[in-house]
Amino acid sequence: MKSHNKSTGATSNANETALGLLVTNAGVLSLIQDAGRYGAFNLGLTNGGPADPLAFYWANKLCGNALNTTSIEISLGGLELLAQVNCVIAVTGAAMPLTINGHKKLLWRSYLIKAGDKINLGYTSQGVRCYLAVAGGFDIKPSFGSTATVCRESVGGINGDKIVTDDLLPCQAIDKSRSQLKLLMLAEHGQPKYSNEVVLRTILSYQHQSFSAIGKRLFFSCQYHVSKHWDRMGYRLQGRAIKPALDGILSEGICYGAVQLPADGQPIILLNDRQTIGGYPKIGAVISQDCAKLSQLRQGDSVRFEPISMSQADNLFHLNISRLKQTQLISCN
Amino acid sequence: MSTQINDHIHLEVAGENALMLYFVDESRSSSIIKADKVTDDISSNVQHAAKLIRQHLSADIIDLIPSYASILVMFNLLETDHHHLRNKLKKLLRQCGGTKNKQGRLIELPVYYSLTSGMDLERIAKHAKLTVEQVIALHQNHEYRVYAIGFAPGFAYLGEVEQRIATPRLATPRLKVPKGAVAIADRQTAVYPAQSPGGWNIIGLCPTDMFNAQAMPTMPVEVGDRVRFVGIDKQEYLDLGGVLSNLVNDSED
Repeated sequence: MKSHNKSTGATSNANETALGLLVTNAGVLSLIQDAGRYGAFNLGLTNGGPADPLAFYWANKLCGNALNTTSIEISLGGLELLAQVNCVIAVTGAAMPLTINGHKKLLWRSYLIKAGDKINLGYTSQGVRCYLAVAGGFDIKPSFGSTATVCRESVGGINGDKIVTDDLLPCQAIDKSRSQLKLLMLAEHGQPKYSNEVVLRTILSYQHQSFSAIGKRLFFSCQYHVSKHWDRMGYRLQGRAIKPALDGILSEGICYGAVQLPADGQPIILLNDRQTIGGYPKIGAVISQDCAKLSQLRQGDSVRFEPISMSQADNLFHLNISRLKQTQLISCN
Repeated sequence: MSTQINDHIHLEVAGENALMLYFVDESRSSSIIKADKVTDDISSNVQHAAKLIRQHLSADIIDLIPSYASILVMFNLLETDHHHLRNKLKKLLRQCGGTKNKQGRLIELPVYYSLTSGMDLERIAKHAKLTVEQVIALHQNHEYRVYAIGFAPGFAYLGEVEQRIATPRLATPRLKVPKGAVAIADRQTAVYPAQSPGGWNIIGLCPTDMFNAQAMPTMPVEVGDRVRFVGIDKQEYLDLGGVLSNLVNDSED
């Protein structure tokens, strides 16, 4: 791990007078994320952003935030925070046990936190990633237009690195006199369910014509398992090998969800922190909603691919947006 | 799903919010071209089309990834859909193509070539049946073009090196390639912007920052530029801010 000197570096957010949430335990992998970095592909910078944008969306929504507000993505768990200010937080995503001052609390709802409160997240048994948002967002200086952390690039977050113990995550204090604080929750039927099996709806694209008809039939009918290589860059799967007729192509742009098949025939699905260009043949691309579900899987979990057309994918995208718009949060006051 | 825009360009689907433009020259029907066959004319067409898209379709576009002979066009699904964008691209790019190679800016990058800073020089020389000095001369006496930027921040794919010194990637990539390493893979060459794993053959060190988040501009080169490498000695390398402490020795790592 690289050193974490807050007194140097132009991207440092250190401010002697800033207050916020103090990290007393960083957990397995906790990252500062906003909606992602766009418009910097010409420099070779990837998108970053939340691996599960749906859970990220709800965390911010529950805090009354705009959609591109800086929050924390917690993978597997273990994050512990000490509040220095009064604020409102919400945690959404995988079933990580949340406690405030040792008292068990629910995910998918916002809570009022007082200065001195301890926020602890345990480890998840189902799903991988959670999002912790704070009303008004964390005050992190953007780099290349975004606060999203991509560790591989040393860009975003605090000094381009994951959150480490003793980091201070600055945020706005809520005025104590405001008794009208709106605390919200998402009804249980509106909460995404996480399982160990996911269907990945996939648009045939890129070099799909270099795969045989039988190869494609097998690809869409076999079950694959998540291998030990799964991270924000990509998920490597194990299962029936699907070999392309090409061993490589001229390097070209890789989109979110692209399914690469290198010479060993084992699919790799490329996610938020993917390399921007590459030269392995690709059979298609998984739609964004299903990439979010994939990012909640871990080693040994299983996936299946299902072919869909570009127009079906378009419909699913807009159906999802309108469903989100129609979902009303419930007031807890 | 494929749309022919003109003799040079066709359009394919990539993903939910991404279309792919493939560029060929008149003689070729296939979009899949090997790295050693890219022509500067194709690259010029790619740059021209990318510029047109940025100028005219910015409201619909999230970002573009131009590469050797393709452009990945990522679009905003809340603003447009693939049908509309396909038609707009078709209209916009119908006249595009057939542009002759335009001369980009010429950028000079200093390189400290030596057996210590370029741990693979000897192997390349042996492979090419040349002397180390000849390998260095062949690498220097050539103008390269920036075909693509990607893989990692500031990593510029330059082509094409003289056929005689083209060398395949290492069978097992190194875990650490030092920042500034000037390296060859097949007919491509590049400067590693930061220490990273990598399998390219190292022939020297360049003291110029290829990516500096605090600098303006962030990178010394952009796609379409021309690059020439200029040999410098160890003292000049150090004077220009180069460091020698990160050198890996050619061990098993």
